[in-house]
Amino acid sequence: MKKSNTIYVKLKEFYWKNEKHFISALIAILVSLYFLNLNQYFYRVLTMICLYSILALSLNIVLGYTGRLSLGHAAFYSIGAYVSAIMQVRYNIDFFIALILGVIIAGFFGFLLGLTTMRLSGSYLAITTIGFLEVIRMVLLSWESVTNGAFGIQNIPRPKFFGYELTTANGGIYLLALVALIASVYFSAALNDSKLGRNLRAIKNDDFATTMMGVNTNRYKVIAFTISGAMAGLAGTIFASMNRYIDPNTFNFDTSMLIVCICILGGMGSIKGQLLGALLLVSFPEILRSFALYRFVVYGLILLVMMRFRPQGLLGSLSTRPYKFPRGVKVKEEGIGGEPL
Amino acid sequence: MLLQQLVNGLSLGIVYALIAVGYSLVFGILRLVNMSHGAIYAFGAHIALMVVTLEWGLVPAIILSCILTAILNVLFDRIILAPLREKKSTNIASLISTVGFSYVVQNLLMIIFGSERKAFPKLFDYGVIEVFSLRINSTQIFILLTSLIILGILTLIIYRTSIGLAMRGTEQNTRAAQLVGINVKNVITITFALSGISAAIAAFMVAGYYNAVYPNMGAQIGLKAFSAAVLGGIGVLHGSVIGGLVVGVAEALAVTLLGGAYRDATAFVILFLVLIIRPNGIFGKKETVKV
Repeated sequence: MKKSNTIYVKLKEFYWKNEKHFISALIAILVSLYFLNLNQYFYRVLTMICLYSILALSLNIVLGYTGRLSLGHAAFYSIGAYVSAIMQVRYNIDFFIALILGVIIAGFFGFLLGLTTMRLSGSYLAITTIGFLEVIRMVLLSWESVTNGAFGIQNIPRPKFFGYELTTANGGIYLLALVALIASVYFSAALNDSKLGRNLRAIKNDDFATTMMGVNTNRYKVIAFTISGAMAGLAGTIFASMNRYIDPNTFNFDTSMLIVCICILGGMGSIKGQLLGALLLVSFPEILRSFALYRFVVYGLILLVMMRFRPQGLLGSLSTRPYKFPRGVKVKEEGIGGEPL
Repeated sequence: MLLQQLVNGLSLGIVYALIAVGYSLVFGILRLVNMSHGAIYAFGAHIALMVVTLEWGLVPAIILSCILTAILNVLFDRIILAPLREKKSTNIASLISTVGFSYVVQNLLMIIFGSERKAFPKLFDYGVIEVFSLRINSTQIFILLTSLIILGILTLIIYRTSIGLAMRGTEQNTRAAQLVGINVKNVITITFALSGISAAIAAFMVAGYYNAVYPNMGAQIGLKAFSAAVLGGIGVLHGSVIGGLVVGVAEALAVTLLGGAYRDATAFVILFLVLIIRPNGIFGKKETVKV
């Protein structure tokens, strides 16, 4: 036990030392998958993993950093998808402009939800977000002149990048989703290290104490929801282009639950955790086909087991990584508190 | 016509009230919204359906459904929530656990019974009674009376028995209740049993009213009942009853005035409004946060 522990610690230290190389190697592998010309099904699964990673990262900002449970994240996903689809099908707007519009409008809805729920927490917040999801779904179903109701929107055009068509078959959509994922990861990491991220984590730990420290918590809660909504909208726009068909029932409570599951399995607050969680939970029904019927039961069980035995998630434990001082700061060999470093 | 909708709304509203009381009971003691209440409700309906399909009759159906639902609810608390309380986990951990449990129950029901709508026999269907051009279904009268009786019994249990006294004591201050010798564990168990029974009875009546049972039946109605509980002030029993009636009537009015598509949205609109204007509900007490 002890020996394996030391190996684990050494591996960890090795990873910390070479983190940059590891990350660039991982990105290189993921990008090289694009050039391998795999089959369409494989690209589709990979794209879904990327999209759900983005969704989980988006929920992570609300649930992981700020500690507020949202069960309505599928709503932002659907808003992004619908805005982008409607813009492209009805108004022939280029995909990338539609993407930006989708992100902005999903972010705006996140802002609205944040405003209405800033005074709520815990269960009230969770149920209000379910209500939000249901209302959005109802609007999508009944506002037929715009959303085409239950029939959904068909024939969403494939995105074009300087004349080159991005499809699931040639892996272009996968590359697009991967780029969006990398951007989201870097954004999340930057957010985590920023003043905003520190404020959000402070709200998670103690809302009241944070207010007493002079932080306008309501403002930061709204900001968290806005950013989160925009990120989920980004995933939605890419999904619409990949699937080329969307209807209101694609984005239901099950979608929200899957996002919550990924976030909790991977570890609330951990960025790597979100990626691992998405990889495990999205690929699991594909790998264990015979088990697919039970996947929703498994999602529920994951929530129960994780909360009971490992509420911090697979990768969400407190980091033992030594603090990296900013450049220019010199530390005495003594270390802090007389303990040798 | 308006009066007619009022009657329809009241008979559904009293069922919402019955489910809302289930939320309120648990919330009062644990300060936790039991998100699995809708799934528990669907479970009750399916047990009743199973007994009815076996042709054991309606009375054994309701009794068995009550017992099994109460047992499931108590087991849920004992196996899943109690360890979390002992570990002093965060509130959000319990909340996520209730969501997970509801998901497990609902999907197991779907796998075992199938996700389609299954027919359920009509309850007390003696035709329609006409009073001053009001058409009242006998099922509606049955639902109204039964719900009122059940709500009355619940009120009696809580305000007139020693266990009810223990429940109220625990609700006010768990620590102090423990100090004066109340077995808080038992109180919580009984609370969960009562909440399960009220959900099973409500499920039985709604299944009889719409003649349909399906695994997702608890999702919508659970949210509506939650809205009702919040409207009346969650944790307050008479608040839940009034909240349920208001939601039921508002829903019926929305159908007449705006059309059927807006029926399910009414409860959410009420929920949003209450949470924005008066988060503690009509009868709720304002809770102060102690540091």
